[in-house]
Amino acid sequence: MTILTPPAGRQAIYRINPVAKLGAAAILSVALVLSIDWVSASVALAFEGVFFLFAGLGPRRFFLRTSPVWLAAVLGAMTVLLYGRASGESHFHFLLMNVTDGSIELAIATLLRVLAIGLPAVVLFVTVDPTALADGLAQVIRLPSRFVLGALGGMRLVGLFLDDWKSLELARRARGVADRGRIRRFAGQAFALLVLSIRRGSKLATAMEARGFGASNQRSWARESRFGWHEILLILIALVVAGTALATSMATGQWNFVGAT
Amino acid sequence: MIVEELAMPDGHAASVDARGWGWRHAGRSAWAVSGLDLHIEPGERVMLLGASGAGKSTLVHALAGVLGGDDEGDDAGELLVNGRAPTRARGQVGLVLQDPDSQVVLARVGDDVAFGCENLGLPRDEIWRRVSDALDAVGLDLPLQHPTSQLSGGQKQRLALAGVLAMRPGLLLLDEPTANLDPDGVAEVRDAVARVLARRDTTLVVIEHRVDVWWKLVDRVVVLSPEGGVLADGPPDEVLAREGGALAASGVWVPGHPPARPSREHRDGPQLVRADGLSIARTARTVLHSELDFSVAAGACLAITGPNGAGKSTLGLTMAGLLAAFAGRVEASGLAGALGADPFRWRSRELVTRIGSVFQDPEHQFISGTVRGELEVGARAIGLGATETALRVDPLLERLRLGHLAGANPFTLSGGEKRRLSVATVLVTRPRLLVLDEPTFGQDSRTWRELVALLAELLDEGSGVVAVTHDGEFVDALADAELRMGPAGHTIEPRSLTR
Repeated sequence: MTILTPPAGRQAIYRINPVAKLGAAAILSVALVLSIDWVSASVALAFEGVFFLFAGLGPRRFFLRTSPVWLAAVLGAMTVLLYGRASGESHFHFLLMNVTDGSIELAIATLLRVLAIGLPAVVLFVTVDPTALADGLAQVIRLPSRFVLGALGGMRLVGLFLDDWKSLELARRARGVADRGRIRRFAGQAFALLVLSIRRGSKLATAMEARGFGASNQRSWARESRFGWHEILLILIALVVAGTALATSMATGQWNFVGAT
Repeated sequence: MIVEELAMPDGHAASVDARGWGWRHAGRSAWAVSGLDLHIEPGERVMLLGASGAGKSTLVHALAGVLGGDDEGDDAGELLVNGRAPTRARGQVGLVLQDPDSQVVLARVGDDVAFGCENLGLPRDEIWRRVSDALDAVGLDLPLQHPTSQLSGGQKQRLALAGVLAMRPGLLLLDEPTANLDPDGVAEVRDAVARVLARRDTTLVVIEHRVDVWWKLVDRVVVLSPEGGVLADGPPDEVLAREGGALAASGVWVPGHPPARPSREHRDGPQLVRADGLSIARTARTVLHSELDFSVAAGACLAITGPNGAGKSTLGLTMAGLLAAFAGRVEASGLAGALGADPFRWRSRELVTRIGSVFQDPEHQFISGTVRGELEVGARAIGLGATETALRVDPLLERLRLGHLAGANPFTLSGGEKRRLSVATVLVTRPRLLVLDEPTFGQDSRTWRELVALLAELLDEGSGVVAVTHDGEFVDALADAELRMGPAGHTIEPRSLTR
């Protein structure tokens, strides 16, 4: 049930409204997917590197949490390097693989871009408390509270599903059916988990309903979701980083709108 | 204005009126409750009793306004809380259910208690005042930021109670709130309710199949009849003097009517399984206990007891060959035959003829669409023919009163039926060692009596039993030795019990 255990820390980033983090990550992503060039990505990454120092993560946690992004970046870059659009001098050619000046440049651009989009997204979300995010979505963006709180309540059950899965697995061995038919067993087990989770979910729904959830009256909020100058500052930072990255890229003539040659 | 309307009954106990009320779940032909006439005065404390299937839960859910609308079922007659339909009296009625895990809504203690108040639309400062009051009333002395995932079962139930109390209901409904708790948790919750009732003027309706838990707190007992209506109604002593025997026979735990215990003939059989310097761990990071040494012989029952979180279930799973020993050994030479001594290395179908495991939650073990199919799984796994399968399955169905349910889906059974089925499934392959995790947890006295009698019979026939349990009566009735597990890291020795 660790999935909803609120992250805690003293740095300012922990107190920033998750909605602002969501917004900042979205701004960077949108700006950076518009073009595939190495300049905009490296400018953004350079800025982000400075801000990561304030992200509330130690180096160990930073690399642990962002490891999937690094992996994805390297894999993506390798693919582009070997199979990317060929141009300029060819350095290595074998079957479909063709490493050229052009594909090297594209590979570097891909690597930087995945990092520039992925790292801030992960870093911003590591410090998000799901409860605070739900508060923000409902109070700041005004998404329907039924939807937001239903999802939040349901998420809490995910941890229980992990325990259920483990027990289901042991139980199948105990019943004598764990020797053969791995795929069929997996399907059966997944179905059993589905049944269990629906039952748990409906029990939770009853408990929530019994506490007045879903009634037609106006709901109030015990925790205020604030959107003040800290949040605006974070959004501004994201805008400045994205803007500078794009401007530099255009000024150096590297801007390359997706799809255009 | 609506806010005021809902919050208004603050501090006033509610009345309940049923006039010819009934409810039939959608798709069923039989009525769950029918022809019910009942009046409960504000401030009365009522225990609702009745055989399983008498409609106690249905009534309580209806009073809480969570039975659902027309598509969930049909109703008849009239059911009122404070003169209004329960669905329009939300916030006046608080409901605490049985399962601790599925009542926690939010991740932090304070937020969870505040949830109901938010739904009532109360102002923020009022909410937090009520949250502190409610936590104080249930004796949950924890920071508001405390993660709800780290609470024990008893604490979770007190949290659910606090969440309900913060809404200041005039009617408090408890649907077997202690059935899933260990004895400490039961006492915690009962004492919390007692404290609440002493402080506030609240009407109480509690369902419980263990009468002694709430005995001192209630001033009226209502017995529902499975045929509809009320079977008995009056002061607790009177009702129990008149109906005690019949209630006990139908499965209610009534003080002064203990279920019959089987006689056991104890004899020393050959050793079946042995723990030798055993360390147990659920994950590699947390070793729960180390250096465990004990054995289980044919015809003997070992009870593993101790508080929640001590590692009892993990030890049971390790002895059953389902989890690997973290260090040391589990040796089942007495069961292995031609196989190696470590049961964890046996194949799944080699395991089922040697060790039968009954899990705490029977639903985890169900893999078939029908009760009969469930029993045939084991037979098929060890390659029995149709005739032999029927010869084994049919007597078990009868013995465990499941014959009339042979075609039913296991998930639709009652708690007692699920438990009996999960025991029956492991007996099909005739293992000589049974490992049971909380076999009597939350069971009514009839199922309890039947399970204990069956296990006594198997023991006398030379099976070995390892039972993880909180149930003192079960230990008294069956165990030859007790392994009491303390907090992780304590040395523990099995203790022989004289029979």
